[in-house]
Amino acid sequence: MSRTPLDTVEHATATPDVELPWAELGLKEDEYERVVEILGRRPTGAELAMYSVMWSEHCSYKSSKVHLRQFGEKAPESDALLVGIGENAGVVDVGQGYAVTFKVESHNHPSYVEPYQGAATGVGGIVRDIIAMGARPVAVVDPLRFGAADHPDTKRVLPGVVAGIGGYGNCLGLPNIGGEVVFDSCYQGNPLVNAGAIGVMRHEDIHLAKASGAGNKVILYGARTGGDGIGGASILASETFDDAKPSKRPAVQVGDPFQEKLLIECTLEAFREKLVVGIQDLGAAGLSCATSELASNGSGGMLVTLDDVPLRDSTLSPEEILMSESQERMCAVVEPEKVDRFLEICEKWDVIATVIGEVTDGDRLEIFWHGEKIVDVDPRTVAHDGPVYERPYARPDWQDTLQADDANKLPRPATSEELKDQVLKLVGSPNQASKKWITQQYDHFVQGNTVLAQPEDSGMIRVDEESGLGVAIATDGNGRYAKLDPYAGAQLALAEAYRNVATTGAKPLAVSDCLNFGSPEDPAVMWQFAEAVRGLADACLQLGTPVTGGNVSLYNQTGEVAIHPTPVVAVLGVIDDVARRTPVAFQEEGQLIYLLGDTREEFGGSAWSQVVHDHLGGLPPQVDLERERLLAEILISASRDGMIDSAHDLSDGGLIQAVVESALLGGKGARLVVPDGLDAFTLLFSESAGRAIVAVPRSEEVRFNDMCGARGLPATRIGVVDGDAVEIQGEFALTLQELRTAHEETIPALLA
Amino acid sequence: MTARIGVVTFPGSLDDRDTQRAIRLAGAEPVALWHKDKDLKQVDAVVLPGGFSYGDYLRAGAISRFSPVMESVIEQARAGLPVLGICNGFQVLTEAHLLPGAMLGNNHLHFICRDQKLRVENAQTAWTGDYRAGQEIHIPLKNMDGRYVADAYTLDELEAEGRVVFRYLVRGEAADGYGNPNGSLRDIAGITNEAGNVVGLMPHPEHAVEPLIGTGRTDGLPFFTSILKKLVGA
Amino acid sequence: MARVVVDVMLKPEILDPQGQAVQRALPRLGFAGISDVRQGKRFELEVDGPVDEAVLARIHDLAESFLANTVIEDFIVKVEEVAEAAK
Repeated sequence: MSRTPLDTVEHATATPDVELPWAELGLKEDEYERVVEILGRRPTGAELAMYSVMWSEHCSYKSSKVHLRQFGEKAPESDALLVGIGENAGVVDVGQGYAVTFKVESHNHPSYVEPYQGAATGVGGIVRDIIAMGARPVAVVDPLRFGAADHPDTKRVLPGVVAGIGGYGNCLGLPNIGGEVVFDSCYQGNPLVNAGAIGVMRHEDIHLAKASGAGNKVILYGARTGGDGIGGASILASETFDDAKPSKRPAVQVGDPFQEKLLIECTLEAFREKLVVGIQDLGAAGLSCATSELASNGSGGMLVTLDDVPLRDSTLSPEEILMSESQERMCAVVEPEKVDRFLEICEKWDVIATVIGEVTDGDRLEIFWHGEKIVDVDPRTVAHDGPVYERPYARPDWQDTLQADDANKLPRPATSEELKDQVLKLVGSPNQASKKWITQQYDHFVQGNTVLAQPEDSGMIRVDEESGLGVAIATDGNGRYAKLDPYAGAQLALAEAYRNVATTGAKPLAVSDCLNFGSPEDPAVMWQFAEAVRGLADACLQLGTPVTGGNVSLYNQTGEVAIHPTPVVAVLGVIDDVARRTPVAFQEEGQLIYLLGDTREEFGGSAWSQVVHDHLGGLPPQVDLERERLLAEILISASRDGMIDSAHDLSDGGLIQAVVESALLGGKGARLVVPDGLDAFTLLFSESAGRAIVAVPRSEEVRFNDMCGARGLPATRIGVVDGDAVEIQGEFALTLQELRTAHEETIPALLA
Repeated sequence: MTARIGVVTFPGSLDDRDTQRAIRLAGAEPVALWHKDKDLKQVDAVVLPGGFSYGDYLRAGAISRFSPVMESVIEQARAGLPVLGICNGFQVLTEAHLLPGAMLGNNHLHFICRDQKLRVENAQTAWTGDYRAGQEIHIPLKNMDGRYVADAYTLDELEAEGRVVFRYLVRGEAADGYGNPNGSLRDIAGITNEAGNVVGLMPHPEHAVEPLIGTGRTDGLPFFTSILKKLVGA
Repeated sequence: MARVVVDVMLKPEILDPQGQAVQRALPRLGFAGISDVRQGKRFELEVDGPVDEAVLARIHDLAESFLANTVIEDFIVKVEEVAEAAK
């Protein structure tokens, strides 16, 4: 067997004319030339592997960076932000010495290829981001979007994704407390599997991804490294070696939640004993990312001996080891005298741990293989100096036509009977129907701190058993709104998540986002992206909730057809005492139902226009962020002072959807009266933003009204919690049984 | 004086800290036990908590059953030490043959998490003294492999000896937590050994001990007060 | 009548956490010298009538499209004659 010589730094210098497969690895010609310019020679195969993967769209944000800067530039003043954008996840001060870290990420494409493993490893990745900040993960949320509910491929993708999220998250012992499930044919072939996680720590436990202190050891621990997710690097391997090795490397990564659970416990124990100087999880780009980021964020250089990486597949080449995306691995920087104790803890948890290198006082990242140097780079050029593109963007021609196709002109129900039929159709439509069949496959109870979980407006977790301090999280996005107007759509996503957090009684503090779009090479998509980011940054500034981090997922499209622009926004809030939380369910008969906010004729992008007319056109609801802020203040005060017993935000599906959900969850009906100045149809189906319904005990009515009046928030009494039906006086009544059947049988019928 | 109740942590145990909290809320002292450690630290009773020990790989509970701590648990359970197995702990107890039968995957093939309605069939065991026979309670259920099976002879014996401790309540609306959630034979949710010191069940009493948390019910707390009373003779 | 067996295994390069967990437990149970364990699935298909090439081809299709997920799994189809009726 012949073998070409190892492509060492020395060899690369001596053979400047060797052609490397940079194009196959996804680099553009000018990007490759830039690498050569940085190094002053051609890169070795291993260096090329690192640059190509770290300069990919996924790792470098090269198309989105110029826009994402606004999140920093427009960031509101916030005392709450302890760690901002750029780390593994943002960290927020929630008081009493506690800090909370949270983040949302996408795992869209892998979940389409292999739904179970794609979704499972998505959960695994986001949870490792949380651990890497020093926090114990306490909950996960999963915003999901699939193609049409009745499309055969949805029946392949959705059950697999749900089982994968459950299979991984349940096994980790993380309660799944929120998220969304949305169906739209625009996601056929491009499902959006976003995963969010929250972690809690004490302020002093915050850890960062940096390697400082010359002589400190670099320890790789967790699973062995295999050939997962290195389709690209295999090209390099075949250039370097003959073909006496497995020809095909798996593009699919398999998750091992049991290994990850051990990794969590072992990492937290090491944190408790203050053994860790810096830490980084291994996700996309694996060791390439971890070593270059740790080194470039630290003070010095780093030296790594790649031979010491424990392998699952001994045929892996050094390039492949550097690019492998094997799951459940982490990299820690540990002072030499603490290494033994660190390894002991890993041993206790049956976690394989190996010293693979050390921090040096130079400024180079040097990687050795069989005693020869195969990488010698400035780590900053790998991790941070990737290309930045100002991609052309332009408002598409069709945007005007779309907006002119006014949903307010669609035929409305002519009779009470028709109105009733449309209500049943709406609450039983896949997007508005109960998602219990899905969410009951997730553990909500583990850890024993879950105060609220879906279908509540936000998930809520108790942080401190003594004081009752808690945090809430909501994730929202509406691709239909964003398609009609990406600037407003992004703001509406934020407004809804913000409102959802406040509805449960928590004060919104900070934002994470997952921006799902089509190809950035299409100027129309790039315009959608630019508008959405501008809208979100402006709204965050106005609401005083900084973006702490997030994720961009581009190229979600099939051929020329992109998904709806889908910015998904997560808002984190804090509540001083979870005993004061407000649930969705109606609690007691006789309580008065109030509608807060203004209801206008706004049907563009609405669930009604989709369900009844299969229509998407016009303008999304108006955005009024000052109103959102006022509404939130009222909801929080009312919860704190015990003036309301239940509350539900109004969003897609409008008021009737909210009333039906509150009624079914509470097992109590409602009698509603259409207030003056509104017609029944608009009252029930309008999706005007900045609204919520609340149930007020009669004893609190005066106080509640006074508060709303004094603060200038419109509050209209629209009915009372009562009986076994939802009745709209003068129009129709639907029994809870009828509503339950319509609302709860849709999803099992489609998917079970 | 109070009782010391051990909670074993296997690799992959999830509800160990929740169980410790429930023991504390009941007024007893929780003692952490480690799977690699044969020493039971002189505890008065042991709980094997829920979770996915060893990832439920091979079979749920199959690998944990051979851990060092289980050697001591098995030996002392046979001598009368009160042992409660919750969910994965129940699976470990059947794999260890401290309780008869076995657990298979849910008949609908999905993980299921819900507030489950149960009937207490036996209020005489070490862990159920604070319930009444026939009492109907709500306790969260969450598992993948919860389908209890045994041969007909064993099932008849369990019934005849009053060793079925809990049954899933089948009549009524699924929305209210009724129904057999996993296909368990004879709707069995929990059983005990002949002596009544070893009890296993699939639902999670430790998740129903605080009014604000989880389902907001406290129907699980009597498990922990029952054992405390039995141990301190209160 | 014949039995066709389809063995489904994770591809060699795909991580098998279940097999690994079993393998790691072996030393504790006193089994030394086993360096790797991989866990798979076995399907036994009872076929009415003779198993000819056409039947095997159909079972092959079935295995490829349904029993195995060829993104991550390999499979083998083999015929196992059912033992003669009476002894």
